[in-house]
Amino acid sequence: MTRSLGPLILGRLAASAFSLAFVVVTIFAITAALPGDVADTLLGQSATPEAAASLRHAMALDQPAWLRFWHWAGDMLHADPGRSLLTGRPVAELVGPRLYNSLLLAGATAAVSVPLSLALGLACTMARGTVFDRAATVLMLGTVSVPVFLIATVAVFVFAVQFHLAPALADINAVHSPLQFVRVFLMPVATLSGATTAQMSRMIRACMIDVFSAPWIEMAVLKGVPPVRIVLFHALPNAIGPVVNAIALSLSSLLGGVVVVETVFSYPGMAGLMVDSVAARDVPVVQCCALIFCMVYLALTTLADVVAVASAPRGRDR
Amino acid sequence: MSAVGAFLSRGGRHGAMFAARLAPGPRRALGLLAVWFVIAFAGPLLAPHAPGEIVDRDVFAGVSLHHWLGTDYLGRDLGSRLLWGVRYTVLICTLSTLLSCCCGIVLGIAATATSVWVERVLGRLMDGLLSIPSLLFALLVIAAAGESIPALILTMGVIYMPGSYRTSRALALRIARADYVTAALARGEGRAFVILREILPNMTGPLLSDIGLRFVYAVLLLSNLSFLGLGVQPPLVDLGSLVRENVLGLAYGAPAVVVPTLVLALLTVGINLALDGRRP
Amino acid sequence: MTNLISVRGLRVTGRRADGGDVPIVRDVSLEARQGEVLALVGESGSGKTTIALALMGHARAGCGISGGEIEVAGHRVDRLDAAGLRAFRGRTISYVAQNAGSAFNPALTLHRQVIEPALTHWVLPRREAERRAVELFRAMALPHPETIGARYPHQLSGGQLQRLMAAMALITEPEVVVFDEPTTALDVTTQIEVLEAFRAVLAHRGITGVYVTHDLAVVAQVADRAVVLRHGAVCESDATAMVLERPRTAYARQLVEACHLPVRPARPAAAPADGAAAEPVLTVSDVIVGYGRVDARGLPARRILDGIDLSVPQGRILGIIGESGCGKSTLARTIAGLQPPAAGTLRFRGDILAGGVGHRTPEQRRRLQIVAQNADLVLNPAWTVGAILERVLEFFHGLRGVAARAEALRLLDLVHLPHALFDRRPMELSGGQKQRVNFARALAARPDLVLCDEITAALDPVVAAAILELMSELQATLGLSCVFITHDLHALRAVCDRVAVLLGGHVVEQCEAASLMDGAHHPYTQLLVSSVPEMRAGWLDEVAARRRATTPGPVPPAADGGCPFTPRCGLRVEGVCDRVPPPIINSPDGQRIACHLPPDELPVLPRT
Ligand code: SF4
Repeated sequence: MTRSLGPLILGRLAASAFSLAFVVVTIFAITAALPGDVADTLLGQSATPEAAASLRHAMALDQPAWLRFWHWAGDMLHADPGRSLLTGRPVAELVGPRLYNSLLLAGATAAVSVPLSLALGLACTMARGTVFDRAATVLMLGTVSVPVFLIATVAVFVFAVQFHLAPALADINAVHSPLQFVRVFLMPVATLSGATTAQMSRMIRACMIDVFSAPWIEMAVLKGVPPVRIVLFHALPNAIGPVVNAIALSLSSLLGGVVVVETVFSYPGMAGLMVDSVAARDVPVVQCCALIFCMVYLALTTLADVVAVASAPRGRDR
Repeated sequence: MSAVGAFLSRGGRHGAMFAARLAPGPRRALGLLAVWFVIAFAGPLLAPHAPGEIVDRDVFAGVSLHHWLGTDYLGRDLGSRLLWGVRYTVLICTLSTLLSCCCGIVLGIAATATSVWVERVLGRLMDGLLSIPSLLFALLVIAAAGESIPALILTMGVIYMPGSYRTSRALALRIARADYVTAALARGEGRAFVILREILPNMTGPLLSDIGLRFVYAVLLLSNLSFLGLGVQPPLVDLGSLVRENVLGLAYGAPAVVVPTLVLALLTVGINLALDGRRP
Repeated sequence: MTNLISVRGLRVTGRRADGGDVPIVRDVSLEARQGEVLALVGESGSGKTTIALALMGHARAGCGISGGEIEVAGHRVDRLDAAGLRAFRGRTISYVAQNAGSAFNPALTLHRQVIEPALTHWVLPRREAERRAVELFRAMALPHPETIGARYPHQLSGGQLQRLMAAMALITEPEVVVFDEPTTALDVTTQIEVLEAFRAVLAHRGITGVYVTHDLAVVAQVADRAVVLRHGAVCESDATAMVLERPRTAYARQLVEACHLPVRPARPAAAPADGAAAEPVLTVSDVIVGYGRVDARGLPARRILDGIDLSVPQGRILGIIGESGCGKSTLARTIAGLQPPAAGTLRFRGDILAGGVGHRTPEQRRRLQIVAQNADLVLNPAWTVGAILERVLEFFHGLRGVAARAEALRLLDLVHLPHALFDRRPMELSGGQKQRVNFARALAARPDLVLCDEITAALDPVVAAAILELMSELQATLGLSCVFITHDLHALRAVCDRVAVLLGGHVVEQCEAASLMDGAHHPYTQLLVSSVPEMRAGWLDEVAARRRATTPGPVPPAADGGCPFTPRCGLRVEGVCDRVPPPIINSPDGQRIACHLPPDELPVLPRT
């Protein structure tokens, strides 16, 4: 039976669009429910009820929620996240540089952790049951089961306090040379990659071991095929779907760790902006940040799904 | 109603052999959790000091006869605070895990037993929920609902529901296709019987593993939240906030920061290791 | 002549989950001379595959070779290190796996996999290897030898894959080839072609073979010497003819006997004492099941079953035989109400039987019970045997407590199981015991008709023979009517009164079971019956010679509506058989044959 990929992939995209719509509503609902509003923040102590009311009217905060949602969703469709209630500057201007910083951090982490986890995962598969494999799995398990802030704290302790290898706070304005880049990014990236790599290589190992139970792997062994070739030539093509999924899932769970890492290292990224904006009730900024996070997640998982569908080995379902 | 009662009483008869039939992973994890429960319930009763009581001038004191685990950044007895911290961490995480898993399992089974559309819509909603990074979601909800322990439990419950839903749905789907379920349907058994007696008993083992895993996630999330100042609020303590408030002691290697860290790791790593015991 | 393979005191142990060791193979010694074929015979759990793998220095996960000397073609296999083993495997000794469908990598073309051993071992340059592969494909009588390698495994049939796998094993010209049940997963008609190809190649190249199987009839065709194994130890070892004709040990005798199932004596249809008894229990008329687009009359485009007409007389056993893909399990599901037909009717004791099980009356559901193929899957692992039986008793007869327990114990007696099993769970039972519990559950409903779907397919011959005996016994004592679905002609003849032969969703022939082996038959029936291996040397040669004489010409383009056997039929009438649905010929003794040939031109089976 020949499966046509087009409709399958379109179906995945439609499903993701539906999820995204749900996410948009949820984010709006929660942000609309935030108690207190920016009017209080802006007026501070000197707030009189009248002043607050007129300010709210000026910011259209007194409109009913559904009407605000309608305007907001419409603006979002035009890629216009509105203006910050706090500073009056366009949200895009506020979020833009922070997004760039976050992408830099995420990119650096992915660049370190993906190859590392692939290598680790494959190495563990090849050395199944040996001391190396056991030690690695216990280490990975240990790393995934401690909170990110712990890794971050330990990183600070080791790199900054004990060895003075890197500054405790990430001042990314000080980056003018590759060496400085490494110094600034060393700790945040090390922390994030530590957590991500552990999770990713664990999942990759699990996928590969699953494939390794197939009879055709035993057949390859009995043909005298060397282990490296078995892993790369026989097993990997059959594991692309699950492995890509594992990578996407781990990378997207990295988004959660970002909040902690940005806080610990005072890194000026999106998560930090969002945390500050939540405190200040600057709703448009919060909404924009949250939406970007969700879209990144959905994009990653959808991409992984599409890759998995497209690379599914023929005749798997015989 | 009486039918359900009958199922349950029959279930009780099987329950005697239940523990013995469990896979070693969930069994060990259950045992370990039981130990933690005992500490959570009995611990604070044995604590020598009230958690907020300042007992010593000396901050970040080391291990001594008076203060077994030293003192914290205000000179409070760490041992006592730790016992309280364990209680809150274990309780909050248990309740939120139970909440998320109950909802997840019920929805997961409902999705397999009802129409395709229910399943599709539920699946999309869960995917959507899953796509909001858990820490940020918690941040938003807690900001909206206020910082209280019920709000924490509810939030964490919602955050981990989609995962539990996915696991139980996948399990139920697999078992629903099993021949013994077909045989029961061919006999003409009702839907409730099939779900409660044919499908559920075969899901317990894997589901217990999943619940254990989710408990670990909950502990991690709660600690991260407390570390960010969003979790358990003073004067209450949990393990995460213990580490947060004493983090300055790291430079001196004070037990005030090292011990809660170790206890936290012991809790999560221990359960994970217990669950993961089936080496290939 | 020296021995090419010699094994002394081989021990293989498995590690249990709790850390203990279980012996899997204990102290096995065997040898084979150059050019000989050695058969390792045994039931599941006898350690035959483990021994075969040990010859290659391989032990499956959780097992290890713990002692003994293994010498193959001058290599001390037990002393080789990892690199030595790699160079040895696939070069000196190669392997043909049981199920080629899963032993080929689904993501790679067959070509790349077939020539891989030659490239890995630097035996041949790529060009040469490709040339030799094509040569081997031709020797294996594969269709389109030049281009077949460009395909992916899922595009070929099981028989073709099995031959490709043999080609892969032979590409490095090894000295020894291990065949691990290579034809067990195949249909009998395909098995012949594959066996024939294997044997020709082995003999032609003087290769030493180790042939693992549980089927003594296959042993008789391929092996020079046979080693009978039981519980991981050698039970008997001798020349094939000796083992098969004059087995010395009790176990070997038992194995041989299980291959000679007593044939059920012909019984006249139950005499109609009153009018009602003559009515069949179950009638299936004009049933169509399929999928795909539905046409104006509500009939699906792709048919799995097409116009099935059958009836099960009171107190008799109707056997339905066919090869994989003939639609026999779909027929079972349709009768069971799990797959409603697109057209046609089912009648149970004269009343219409609804297509979906949900629309049948509780009484109908009670009176029609199913015993399914895989007892592992139909018994809920979370329940005890007693609970399984009691539930049915409660559901259909409202029995509870002591009464239910007493009745459940009586049922265990009925299927010859000890009462001690009452509190066990299916996991703790053997395959045969599970199948008996499966039977007891069906009987608990006190049915009129029992539908048995491949109930012996997953069992070892000796156990299967006992189950068949139980089935005949129960049928006689309880006066049941049965539908017995199988692919195994021996099992069919042992229990059935009447037979329906299924091919491509059509019933091509119905006849009395007793007359199956002689007289005139449908050409497909004749092919099927003559393909079942017989336990004597030389049988394969005879059949192969006969086949070569009647091989049909090239396959005509398939057209709809003709006889499903057209592509393989040596007697087909060109232009008629592939277009016109064959008429049904009714003969006075109740035989019904769907064929265009006039009755006197139908093939006649020699009386054996
Ligand atoms: S109808 Fe034609 S093709 Fe079919 S069995 Fe008869 S002779 Fe052969």
